[in-house]
Amino acid sequence: MKFKVPERLQPTIREIKFILRRIKDTPLSLFGIAIVMFFVVIAAFAPLLAPPVPGLNPYLIPSDPALGFRVEPSPPSPKHPFGTTLLQRDIYYGCIWGTRWAFQVALEVIIPIVAIGVVLGLIAGYYGGVIDEILMRFTDIILAFPGLILAMCLVTVLTQANWTTIDSVLLSIVLIGWPGYTRLIRGETLRVRNEDYIEAARASGASDLRIMFRHILPNTIYSIIIVASLDFGGIVLTTAALSFLGLGAPTGWADWGRLIYDGMSFVSGGLRWWWSWVYPGVFISLFVLGWSLLGDALRDVLDPLYRRK
Amino acid sequence: MEKAVSDEIIRVEDLYLNFYTYEGVVKALDGVSLDIKRGEILGVVGETGCGKSVTSLSILKIVVPPGKIEGGRIKFNVKGKTYNILEFNEPTMSRVRGRYISMVFQEPRAALNPVYSVGDQIGEVFYLHRKEEIIKAVIEQLKREIETAKGFRKRVSRLYLSLYEGMLKNPKSLRVRLASKVPIVRRFRNLMKKEVRKRTVELLRTLRIPDPERVVDMYPHELSGGMAQRCVIAMALVANPILLIADEPTTNLDVTVQAQILVLIRELQKKFGSTILYITHDLGVVAELCDRVAVMYAGNVVEIADVMTLFKEPLHPYTQGLLESIPRPGKPFTSIPGVVPSLINPPPGCRFNERCKYAMDICWKQKPPLVEADKEHYVACHLYSGGK
Repeated sequence: MKFKVPERLQPTIREIKFILRRIKDTPLSLFGIAIVMFFVVIAAFAPLLAPPVPGLNPYLIPSDPALGFRVEPSPPSPKHPFGTTLLQRDIYYGCIWGTRWAFQVALEVIIPIVAIGVVLGLIAGYYGGVIDEILMRFTDIILAFPGLILAMCLVTVLTQANWTTIDSVLLSIVLIGWPGYTRLIRGETLRVRNEDYIEAARASGASDLRIMFRHILPNTIYSIIIVASLDFGGIVLTTAALSFLGLGAPTGWADWGRLIYDGMSFVSGGLRWWWSWVYPGVFISLFVLGWSLLGDALRDVLDPLYRRK
Repeated sequence: MEKAVSDEIIRVEDLYLNFYTYEGVVKALDGVSLDIKRGEILGVVGETGCGKSVTSLSILKIVVPPGKIEGGRIKFNVKGKTYNILEFNEPTMSRVRGRYISMVFQEPRAALNPVYSVGDQIGEVFYLHRKEEIIKAVIEQLKREIETAKGFRKRVSRLYLSLYEGMLKNPKSLRVRLASKVPIVRRFRNLMKKEVRKRTVELLRTLRIPDPERVVDMYPHELSGGMAQRCVIAMALVANPILLIADEPTTNLDVTVQAQILVLIRELQKKFGSTILYITHDLGVVAELCDRVAVMYAGNVVEIADVMTLFKEPLHPYTQGLLESIPRPGKPFTSIPGVVPSLINPPPGCRFNERCKYAMDICWKQKPPLVEADKEHYVACHLYSGGK
């Protein structure tokens, strides 16, 4: 028997078909999706791909005692496909668990950033006036500092206040990240706020909260999705940068930035110890590339200005 | 006169409203007074920018910044009591909007939220204003089901019944709120959704929308202008409001569709006995539809009269000019000389003085009050206030 699609679902199905065709027609977005899927699979199956030592924190890269406690990296071998880095830590293990760590970091940062941005942006855009002025000047203050330097200061201050380095890195990226989203959503709210249907909703007795979250937010969500997916790679890059500057994850942590930092000491050897910085570098680059391509793909299908071109 | 007062639903008295813009203070409403009687269709006519829409939005107390109401009263008679709408706070006002006074907007497709289906949007108004009624209907239905059902179904129905009764008693109780969040238990709300959907379809059918079961799931962009306007009217009629404000509801529609909507509005008015404030700049529509007319000019009501009286013997020079400028075949085309004055620096006295062919000295000194020149025929012009 042939499955018949109910009539009311037909526009939805047509829309999905359009999106799929759109993605199929642009090889770059396919490429982006493939990369992101690749990383998702790695992150999901990390315990199978690189079994952790029982009883230890899986995010700590184990050293190989068989190779002794030499400082210099050992070259790739069947046991260590990507070689080892400082203190004989397995780079392959670091890259695999680093993927999981990257997703964890990005999600732990993007969720609070978007939540803060949505709430403050809606309030600022909807009420306007003094509230808007206060919130926006506050974002100006934060945006006036170079992000990475502000994050470095915050990390330093927070670690002094007995925070763990990892928590302070995440919190400082949230603190430098929210103003951008607040402004984005405020702008979208300003655009939607004056639409007739908002006035119509108010005229039919909807409260401010209902108007903000039920009527304005769904009309701004597509830009949030696009920017968030573009930022997903960016956040990982920022944590990697902080790690690279020695402010992020502690040594031995499965963090790509930390691995590069460890490998940096060996860059001086030219290509002699290339594996110690090339592999983590490739992982970071691919991850960021994948997310920004995915962000572009999402913009192509979601943004009304681009989609019908 | 005393009897007439009790017949009024809304009485706007001396309403002043300014917009504070960078160019200066725009005195958009300059002492607007008008009354809306129960069961009538009152037309408000005037040029663009004369304050028609602002007056109607003020009745709903929707004042968009930089606008600010500077003075006056909007008396609202409901259930034998008189309130001043301008004194209501925002929570009270959101219970008045849509429930007692609702509004139909000019551009129907812009007045519908593009991300929700028509059914969702009409349904929202049901949830906002007629929730109790819907819960009661569901409870009745469940009671009937319990009588016939057996075994597991009966137990489920019992549980649902207790949840709905709880919702009726105290919609904010922890039990109801929790049940609305837990995944499978949440399905008890589906009964309510079904009831709302049924009522939405019925409402759409009353508005002569063909195939309402299909339309209810459509999104605004899938509808034609006329259909969208019917849906907007449906949204406004959900709670059987006492007063329906229609802000140029047919301006952007084809002439044939326009006629259909007008017929529909008149029928609805007869059927539900509702009162309509109809805002338009189309005198043809006014002649066709309205019982009484208020003519507005530059933020003032200049004349209010019975529709026949106004068309036969207009008193205010502006109304006369307005009626003369209706194009007719064989008649030389006339228009009122001059332009509408800037509302930032309006002329002193009567705001029509620069364009009026009867302008006298007093017109530049004193603002004419709205006086009853004839029975139930009010006019704000020094030509008539002197004689009274």
